[in-house]
Amino acid sequence: MDPAPLYLSLKLAVVTTVVLVILAAPLTYLLVYVRFAGKSFFEALLSLPMVLPPTVLGFYLLLVMTPQGSVGRFWKAATGSPLIFTFAGIVLASLVYSLPFAIQPMKASFEKIDRRLLESAYVLGLSPLAAFFRVIIPNAINGLAASAILVFIHTLGEFGVILMVGGSIPGETKVASIAIYEAVEALRYRDAAMMCLVLVPVSYFFLLVINRLTQRRIYGS
Amino acid sequence: MDLNLSIKKKLPHFDIDVSFSCRKGRLLVLVGPSGAGKTTLVRMLAGLDRPDHGRITYDGETWVDTDTGIFLPPQKRHVGYVFQEYTLFPHLSVAKNVAFSAADKGDVPSLLRRFNIWHLKDRKPDRISGGERQRCAICQAMARRPRLLLLDEPFSALDAVTRQNLREELQKLKRELSIPIIHVTHDISEALYLGDDVLPMVNGRVVRKWMVQFMLKGRLPEPEQFFEDRADYNPRERRDLSVLYDSLEVMH
Repeated sequence: MDPAPLYLSLKLAVVTTVVLVILAAPLTYLLVYVRFAGKSFFEALLSLPMVLPPTVLGFYLLLVMTPQGSVGRFWKAATGSPLIFTFAGIVLASLVYSLPFAIQPMKASFEKIDRRLLESAYVLGLSPLAAFFRVIIPNAINGLAASAILVFIHTLGEFGVILMVGGSIPGETKVASIAIYEAVEALRYRDAAMMCLVLVPVSYFFLLVINRLTQRRIYGS
Repeated sequence: MDLNLSIKKKLPHFDIDVSFSCRKGRLLVLVGPSGAGKTTLVRMLAGLDRPDHGRITYDGETWVDTDTGIFLPPQKRHVGYVFQEYTLFPHLSVAKNVAFSAADKGDVPSLLRRFNIWHLKDRKPDRISGGERQRCAICQAMARRPRLLLLDEPFSALDAVTRQNLREELQKLKRELSIPIIHVTHDISEALYLGDDVLPMVNGRVVRKWMVQFMLKGRLPEPEQFFEDRADYNPRERRDLSVLYDSLEVMH
């Protein structure tokens, strides 16, 4: 069994998780604490990747990420290399695809924080930004951890979107799920089984951790 | 060198329309039935709510002036606010809660000792009693070295003995501080025990201060006198006044 696809899946999952947790926290703050026009439309837009078929999302991402597409053109101008069929490309696709999975648990934990704690922080002299880091984040730490794990295991299992925008380039975009598919297609069941044997317990373990985290009392609730 | 306030705010069932002053070193008690607008008034003083019209000034500094659009945010008012419910930060120990925004971290040990919670300094708020939590909340508010202390029914959830102990501590604290203290309660005995000035408040309005003076002098006004010039009050307001009068009578 070639371990490269597993390593690539792991790398993609780690990068996506780190970027998404950092990106989703302020977005979730916006959704929970800030009132603005069109908020429900914005929230639905952020959740859209959760309900769209991966091939549909992959198709639109493919259109914008080609060198002729807006994002692909910008990327090429900035870095000199194409975005499509690269590791950077599948990272971007993963970020879009897993964004709602990062936001949902975070939103639930932000909403459980008593608003009077924030008011107390403001009266005690904290700016909204300082209150975000010193009150919201520490009290939503379980939700943040649940988000991170959910994104991680969701990214490990990604298939359709990655195939659409990354193809199957060994060492670059050929992640474990695609390698399993190809192994089965080529009747290499032993290789497929070995990779599955690694992915199933990893995913199961992280799901158990999520359950523990979400069952624990969240501070401020 | 006073806190001066004259504000109006429209609420769903009545309007708040209040004017008063509070001098440094004085404890002013706002007393009245639940839903009289006391908490909203205190929130406006803290900067957590905005009045529709009016002015709040402190020491010559304008905190709110709706005519000129001035609104000083809560962060800049340097107010100590003890909420009715426990609002200690649950992820922090008692000592860290008090130090959270202390003007000088060096004050923290002496404050913890002053309020008899030094032995609890490493405990989280969910591991201490209600009375201890409110001591910690007062400590937290004091650590900021506030220019104005707001206490919104801080003892209402406590048992009678703890409540009395904390009242006595607040009396001592009042003598030590040279800032205005505004204390909100629905408990008339607490108001009379603590207050240098007592403002009875019903449906967003301060009812006559002389009524309390009557009480302190040992006699209540006759109901007719109490309700005189209240003809403009609607039936609900008159009912609330009756409730207030009855509670005063019971106390008396």
